[in-house]
Amino acid sequence: MSKGFDVRRQTGFNTIALTCFVLLYLPIILLVAYSFNAGDSIAIWEGFSWRWYVSAWENEQVQEATLRSVILACSSSLVATSAAVLAALATTRTKPWRGQTLVFAMVNQPLMVPEIVTAVALLIVFAAVKQATGYTGLLYLVLAHSAFCIPFAYMPVRARLQGMDLDLERAAADLYGSPVQVFRRITLPQLWPGILAGAMLAFVISLDDVVITEFVKSAGQDTLPTYMLGQIRRVITPEINAISTALLAISILMVITFFFLNRTRK
Amino acid sequence: MTDLSTIRSRRETRDRWLLLTPALVILTLAAMGPLLIVVIYSFLTPGDYGGVEWQFSWTSWFNVVAERDFFTEELKLADAHLTVLWRSVKLSLLTVILSFLVGFPTAYFIATRPAHKRDMWMLLIMIPFWTNLLIRTFAIMQLIRNHGTINMILLGLGIVDEPVQMLYTEFSLLVGMTYVYLPLMILPVYASMERLDFNLVEAGYDLYATRFQVLRRVIFPLVKPGVVAGSILVFVPCLGAYVTPRVLGGGKQLMLGNLIDLQFGQLRNWPLGAALSLTLLAVVMVALVFYVRAIGREGESDV
Amino acid sequence: MIEIEGITKTFGEGASAFTALDDVSITIQSNEFFTLLGPSGCGKTTLLRTIAGFLDPTRGKLALDGEDLLSRPPYQRPVNTVFQSYALFPHMTVAENIAFGLEMLKKPKAQIKATVDEMLDLVQMAPMADRKTAQISGGQQQRVALARALAPRPKVLLLDEPLSALDFKLRKEMQLELKRLQHETGITFVFVTHDQEEALTMSDRIAVMNLGTIRQIGGPRDIYDHPAERFVADFIGDTNFLQAELLDTTGEAARIRLGSGAETTARAAPGGPGAGGQVTVAVRPEHAAITGAGGALLPGTLQEVVYFGTDTHYHVDLDCGGRFVVRVQNQPGHMQPREVGARVGIDFAAGIGQVLKD
Repeated sequence: MSKGFDVRRQTGFNTIALTCFVLLYLPIILLVAYSFNAGDSIAIWEGFSWRWYVSAWENEQVQEATLRSVILACSSSLVATSAAVLAALATTRTKPWRGQTLVFAMVNQPLMVPEIVTAVALLIVFAAVKQATGYTGLLYLVLAHSAFCIPFAYMPVRARLQGMDLDLERAAADLYGSPVQVFRRITLPQLWPGILAGAMLAFVISLDDVVITEFVKSAGQDTLPTYMLGQIRRVITPEINAISTALLAISILMVITFFFLNRTRK
Repeated sequence: MTDLSTIRSRRETRDRWLLLTPALVILTLAAMGPLLIVVIYSFLTPGDYGGVEWQFSWTSWFNVVAERDFFTEELKLADAHLTVLWRSVKLSLLTVILSFLVGFPTAYFIATRPAHKRDMWMLLIMIPFWTNLLIRTFAIMQLIRNHGTINMILLGLGIVDEPVQMLYTEFSLLVGMTYVYLPLMILPVYASMERLDFNLVEAGYDLYATRFQVLRRVIFPLVKPGVVAGSILVFVPCLGAYVTPRVLGGGKQLMLGNLIDLQFGQLRNWPLGAALSLTLLAVVMVALVFYVRAIGREGESDV
Repeated sequence: MIEIEGITKTFGEGASAFTALDDVSITIQSNEFFTLLGPSGCGKTTLLRTIAGFLDPTRGKLALDGEDLLSRPPYQRPVNTVFQSYALFPHMTVAENIAFGLEMLKKPKAQIKATVDEMLDLVQMAPMADRKTAQISGGQQQRVALARALAPRPKVLLLDEPLSALDFKLRKEMQLELKRLQHETGITFVFVTHDQEEALTMSDRIAVMNLGTIRQIGGPRDIYDHPAERFVADFIGDTNFLQAELLDTTGEAARIRLGSGAETTARAAPGGPGAGGQVTVAVRPEHAAITGAGGALLPGTLQEVVYFGTDTHYHVDLDCGGRFVVRVQNQPGHMQPREVGARVGIDFAAGIGQVLKD
């Protein structure tokens, strides 16, 4: 039996699309594959081995950078998410108000302004502060990361708040729940998936950041991505691939969780 | 009689600003505020060892496009800057075109899958996008290096005698940026495509249009806002790209982002760096205005 | 007793201002099943939300049993709402939903348990107590919403079109169920609907609203048989409007002369003019009869006969202008076959028409 005329078909589109999916994943798969290479090369396969994972694990610079990356991602996603949740509560379900546009512009600024511009701006300001105060610790990075993570944490929380049935909160108030009780018993439980999703996005964004970190960090304050960027001038060994694979695994895990958290909304 | 709604709305306003305070403080300290200081710096005189002298000067803005010859004091165009500027714009536009050529059919492909499978296909697009940009750039680098996978295969098959130089060329930047930013094209195009009513496509065929005519006269006009949005979403980060040209251009193929970096590093001309940053920002803002118009025309879009 | 006095609610300011409620005053008795009836946008839901406390009126007074309500937030008003969307908390079970209000009032655990069980029985949902609210049907959600609002024993229960999402059969069942619950609990029900039939079936009294104002308050019979004005007559049931000359009024009886020249009596409009001038008279289709043309109040020509199963509608073009519809109940063997185009007459008893205010 003939299949008949398929209105959805466009000549060549399926081929291009499938090629696109292959090309999207091929470089990543190769990168991951060579992290298990027994040899020193990232092009010639010499058999399977864990040696580069071991060597990365034992590399003191990597250990230090990993620890710093994790501390940074945890603290800035915590700060960014807290601030974003409060901001989302303030900016949803209200009538248009004065200053609204300015607030939206500020919250979304990190998404609109090219990262290199923000990086340079922070370099200028923090250099002056560092000179004036003598403090060169991690707090500059925490502050910078928190700022550019805010819009990422803000978006899913806001979406969740907007999708929430206002009658639920009204019903709770109608049933003698005070504003605090309504927030704790009704709003917050429904908001959790959004908050979690926002926090995870913020974590990934902070963990992956290169440009702003590169400009803001003080000497010897490498995170994993800036450490890796610093290595490209040298001879590249599969150790970089091993670190990359570990980072990839974290990101992919987070993205998939985020995807399913967001899906349960519907 | 006291107007209750006035009292309550006054309290609401106070609560609102209280809730906004933490976010606004952080953003002022580490986003908006520093940006204003960049504006100030662009009008100062460069210090000898980096930093600035607090002396007003137009020179930096002037130097963005022109320079005065050191010996003859003759005015001429700043070739080095203009080359980089031109390369940034050219490569960004080429990346947009390439992303469109690959992304449009891909978005179409996803939009024509059964409804319950579309999310999964989109997830496949989103996973690479949310993974580290540096790592994805590395992955491309390892592929096209002189001793990389592609050259190894070409040499192994005897197609070439010596490795083809792909890394550190404009070609490598184009490939890298397309690879990295392609999801930004697919996302909004898919969003418009998903809402496309395929009865319209059927009507097109019914009225004697060929496949290509249906594509050009029915489908494309309907998803055009998504294409415009996607083009701008790709164009903006390309123009400000820093990591990709640094890794794949290797200091030979500078883009605007690297030129700015250079002013704060080796060249120690902070005011010029500030002026270049603001130039970049201005172009991006113009592009974003078009973006807002494009999605505005399409109605509510949550991209 | 709820006393609503001069409540006005305006949204927006200046040129774009919109008055949702315009100087509304109603007194609702205790234990009454009171219905606010009107088309969408008439202000009935706005009034309900004002009583619940979700909206602050621009002006006016609101008291429950002599105590001012406006100064209290919703969570301090002894008033509960059944929402149109039910608004059941999706992260709680049926029993947890019902217990919510009691927990907020800090009732002792044992009492909460007892009340929840009682409520579950009352709405026949005991077997579903531990289900999540997404796992039960629309009709069951409706019952849970009702039980949840009744559990804290409010003085007043507000119902915002609670039956609109149910299908026809279920709606009929729930109408009787609600009436039973109101009777058993003795709680004042304030019920909002745009469905006139629903309002007539269930209510002790009805307030018909339009454009933010109360048009008429009265019992179902009163409102149906004696609409005060054109809007009410038109909104509730089907009506024929006749132009007539008002001759004189004695008590409730108004003598009128119809367009055909025939004279009869109709019920006078309360507060309307006593004599002289043109008035509109409303006559329900089932209150008129179709006869031969000779000697009838209104002679005319039969234009259309529409069969409805339980009854038949005869559309008659009157000689004096306008169209009149007569509804005749179908009884086996008593069918009067009439040809379209035949000369017919329309008759109705003296005193059955209603003179309208406008």
